[in-house]
Amino acid sequence: MSDVVERTLSALPGLLGQQDPGAGPGGGPGRVSATSRLGGLIRSITALSSKHEEEKLIQQEQTNLKATVSAPTTTLRLMKECMVRLIYCEMLGYESSFGYIHAIKLAQQGNLLEKRVGYLAVSLFLHENHELLLLLVNTVVKDLQSTNLVEVCMALTVVSQIFPREMIPAVLPLIEDKLQHSKEIIRRKAVQALYKFYLIAPNQVQHIHDKFRKALCDRDVGVMAASLHIYLQMIKKNASGYKDLTESFVSILKQVVGGKLPIDFNYHSVPAPWLQIQLLRILGLLGKDDPRTSELMYDVLDESLRRAEINHNITYAILFECVQTIYTICPKSDLLEKAAKCIGKFVLSPKINLKYLGLKALTYVIQQDPNLALQHQMTIIECLDHPDPIIKRETLELLYRITNGQNVTVIVQKMLDYLRQSKEEYTIINLTGKIAELVEKYAPDNEWFIQTMNAVFSVGGDVMHPDIPNNFLRLLAEGFDDEKEDEELRLYAVQSYLSLLEEEDTFYPQKFLQVMSWVLGEYSYLINDGDPEVIITRLHRLLKQTFVTSETKAWIMTAVTKMSSRMSCSKTIDKLIQEFSTSLDTCMRQYAFELKHLCENKELMKNLFPLDASCDEIMVDASLSFLDGFVAEGLSCGAAPYKPHHQRQEEKLSQEKALNFEPYGLSFTSNMSSSGFTGRQSPAGLSLGSDMSGNSAELGQKETNCLKLDGVRKLWGKEGYLPKKENKTGKEDKTQPVPQDSILTAHVVDPPLMQSEQQVVSLSEEEKEKQQLASTLFVGLGSNSTISLIFESLSCHFPVIEAQSMESCQKCVQLEKVCTEGVLSGSISYHLDTDTHLEFSLTFSLSDFIRPMKMTTEDFGRLWLSFSNDVKQNLKMSPSQGSLSVALNALKQKLKLHIVEIIGNEGIAACRLLPSVPCLLHCRTHARTLALWFRSSCSALPDSLLYQCQKVMEEA
Amino acid sequence: MQFMLLFSRQGKLRLQKWYVPLSDKEKKKITRELVQTVLARKPKMCSFLEWRDLKIVYKRYASLYFCCAIEDQDNELITLEIIHRYVELLDKYFGSVCELDIIFNFEKAYFILDEFLLGGEVQETSKKNVLKAIEQADLLQEVNFSFTRISQILFNPCIITGAYLFLQRSSAEQFGYFTVNIDVYVQWKFQQSGQKICW
Repeated sequence: MSDVVERTLSALPGLLGQQDPGAGPGGGPGRVSATSRLGGLIRSITALSSKHEEEKLIQQEQTNLKATVSAPTTTLRLMKECMVRLIYCEMLGYESSFGYIHAIKLAQQGNLLEKRVGYLAVSLFLHENHELLLLLVNTVVKDLQSTNLVEVCMALTVVSQIFPREMIPAVLPLIEDKLQHSKEIIRRKAVQALYKFYLIAPNQVQHIHDKFRKALCDRDVGVMAASLHIYLQMIKKNASGYKDLTESFVSILKQVVGGKLPIDFNYHSVPAPWLQIQLLRILGLLGKDDPRTSELMYDVLDESLRRAEINHNITYAILFECVQTIYTICPKSDLLEKAAKCIGKFVLSPKINLKYLGLKALTYVIQQDPNLALQHQMTIIECLDHPDPIIKRETLELLYRITNGQNVTVIVQKMLDYLRQSKEEYTIINLTGKIAELVEKYAPDNEWFIQTMNAVFSVGGDVMHPDIPNNFLRLLAEGFDDEKEDEELRLYAVQSYLSLLEEEDTFYPQKFLQVMSWVLGEYSYLINDGDPEVIITRLHRLLKQTFVTSETKAWIMTAVTKMSSRMSCSKTIDKLIQEFSTSLDTCMRQYAFELKHLCENKELMKNLFPLDASCDEIMVDASLSFLDGFVAEGLSCGAAPYKPHHQRQEEKLSQEKALNFEPYGLSFTSNMSSSGFTGRQSPAGLSLGSDMSGNSAELGQKETNCLKLDGVRKLWGKEGYLPKKENKTGKEDKTQPVPQDSILTAHVVDPPLMQSEQQVVSLSEEEKEKQQLASTLFVGLGSNSTISLIFESLSCHFPVIEAQSMESCQKCVQLEKVCTEGVLSGSISYHLDTDTHLEFSLTFSLSDFIRPMKMTTEDFGRLWLSFSNDVKQNLKMSPSQGSLSVALNALKQKLKLHIVEIIGNEGIAACRLLPSVPCLLHCRTHARTLALWFRSSCSALPDSLLYQCQKVMEEA
Repeated sequence: MQFMLLFSRQGKLRLQKWYVPLSDKEKKKITRELVQTVLARKPKMCSFLEWRDLKIVYKRYASLYFCCAIEDQDNELITLEIIHRYVELLDKYFGSVCELDIIFNFEKAYFILDEFLLGGEVQETSKKNVLKAIEQADLLQEVNFSFTRISQILFNPCIITGAYLFLQRSSAEQFGYFTVNIDVYVQWKFQQSGQKICW
């Protein structure tokens, strides 16, 4: 089309003046008579200059149309024309709902030509929940039974687009019949219609799953391809149910890749690319976490990679899908290598679309293969300053995944820069969430932590997720193990907020103000030298600002109340009480009165607002035992003893049986309970309290959310381009069989660092800058990539070992970061006649580090509640695994679990990761499935253990 | 695919197809925002956009922008090719298509789109098959029309009770220059005698 003369709208009126525009360049059969009514409408609209004129014209047009369509004399032919014009009006954004019913009528009554327009209008005007759609059902049923192929096709097309869910049973048998139709186009559309039904009502098509299989085996490629849509959806939902089809999908893909399909399906000489991509996606889902199924597809994936070699967008599309599939299924090293090469091609491509996809692929694989990011670090740095924001955004996403304690400040800074430039709400919500997460996890020091969160709060404003301020406050309140650190952090927060509030008339988002007022109310006492009066004055000033909402005012009032409990008297507070006692805002008035009365009794106030007790649980004495004395006194004075409500009612009922008092009784109880609460605590106080204590169940999460303030090294170090390997901690262990008659030196070597050391001879200033950035960004990536078994590089040296004797050397290996597999490699050198050097490597799996953990059921229950990292999964049991105890015993033997107790179809077991990270397992059998539920204090452990369990169950 | 929009460089909507149920208000809002965002982008920029939780894939052909919304896990490049294939189909059908063809024949453009994409999924990837389906429908309509007229002229006294058309098209590439063999079987009865005859 690009070679066509670009005829823009400005040339339109002139063109339309010609009688026969079809005679223009490239006049095809569909050229329309511009003299038609639609042509007239379009022409007059383009001739207009203002939106206002357009509105007037369309209004007039709509009035005309309305009259025409509702006139009984209007022929169907004219109606068809009206419909086209109505579609046009709707496209311009003018609602024409008066015509909807006529569109349905046209589809019902018209001949083929009119029917087609009627159906089109219906599919454009209505959505699937529209009530008028029910009127279409009859027409569809009639057309599905028609002997005319075109009518059937039209009916199927409309069904595949919109159809009322509740009417599916009316057409389902007809459509099922169509699956056996002799024409492939009908079969294909029938499959497509079933796909639509599956999407909107999966239960209704459950009984015809075997027919889907038939469609998958259809001799026509189009029908088979259509059935893949359904399979992709079904496999997305439940991959384990379709593992048996893997081989079929693989063989289809093999045929497609091998060029066995009719040449019609080629697209730019690539065989059926859409089909290939669909199949690759299905294979990815099937092979995920399933080594045996993955095994089946390695060959065909290799073949796909190999065949996709022509330099065209479509082959890149296939390559991209291949790479994703390869990284999704169980890994195979040589395929991974090829896929990594492919990603390199994308990343280094000068074409911007491919570069973007390269970054996307890197983001996808980064956790599995951090070295790949190291290889492309310079490209990534370049992309970080790319003029196209979408590239920048994807790069940030990539960096977010590789953030660690050492590079967090640089990455967060980049993210904040981007955040400040973006206006779109969705981006802001997304980015603030990510920044807050990184900051909480990796903040190097207090100052940075508070400053960065301040930036997040002021930019994220009120659109960000409410969890961010809540988590932040919880973090401050709960603190860490070190009391002194906590206080410093809080003090810093207080100081920083005070200086922010110093400036008058600065606008802050409500959420930020709420955070500030809570922190000031709770922790302002930490400032020793400051005058609390100053803080209260600043809060008071805020209360008078117009941009502060009443919710925020409630927060501020609560803060003032808390602070006033720690001061003897204050003029500002008196002024504040006076001001708001007459406020029109009833809430504020209530707070003011509460504060006034509380101020009269400082002792009570101190009890009510204890220092730094936001995390303490509030004990509620539900039995009201503190009233015992009062009750006894009353009784001794002759008061009637209290009778519970139901007792009173029974007595009343026995007295006058005719009447039923139940409704009155009910309202009486609710009055009691609500009056019991008023005045005890202000609503804001309540909400605050529940905010903090309600989270106590998530206490365990502290571990993942907490700030790591210790052990963080300096950034911007001078290590150069690439990071040095981190210091290694922990120990290493090995017992070696020693060759006899030899002088032996055992020497354990580091695993080789898989980093490409790039030597750049001369560096420009800019490049140096980039490299420095690179070194700060990618620091710490290489080291924890290959192994998480951290050990010291150790060597043992033995003197001459006597013949027939043994020497041994023992070292201890510890799993510092949970992973499923780790490799320990080293070498032995010994001297016989010549120096000999032997390499060896040992593979450890997680189960090597698991030991049983003995405990009682009560202990189990207690521990269970205190852990927050949990993972649930259902596993299929083979018939041989029969009962729960058999399955559990298998797990016990293979994984060294301690079985705590088995009751019926439920069982609990416990184990620990050496040295002492506990993991609890709760399992339950139900109809051949085993539901496993892991909980642990370590976040990665449940996942890895689940994987081990799956392996055990599969082997058994 | 969630939806497809065609709009001009001036921001005028030329075609819209929604595969997810949305209210008119939302549709308008989305269209307005998207048209603005896409038009603001420079020519050398990436054809993909992140917009809300969707991916937008767009491409400009002459004065028309083709714009598709897909989900994050979908393949962007293949979506770009979907757009291209659609343009190819339009091109073949209209014979080197231009914006005017789509403005004045938007219903035809919709018919082609419905044969190619159905319910947001690629329905038929063979170009030949898509066009065959469209042409068949077009043809039948035209024949149907002329046939009614013929019957009005020739068999005025009869009531036509059934007609079967069998079409066979020669494989000439360019639409409009091919031969069609039409076998028409007509069943009618004379109004007076009620006798059925097949022709």
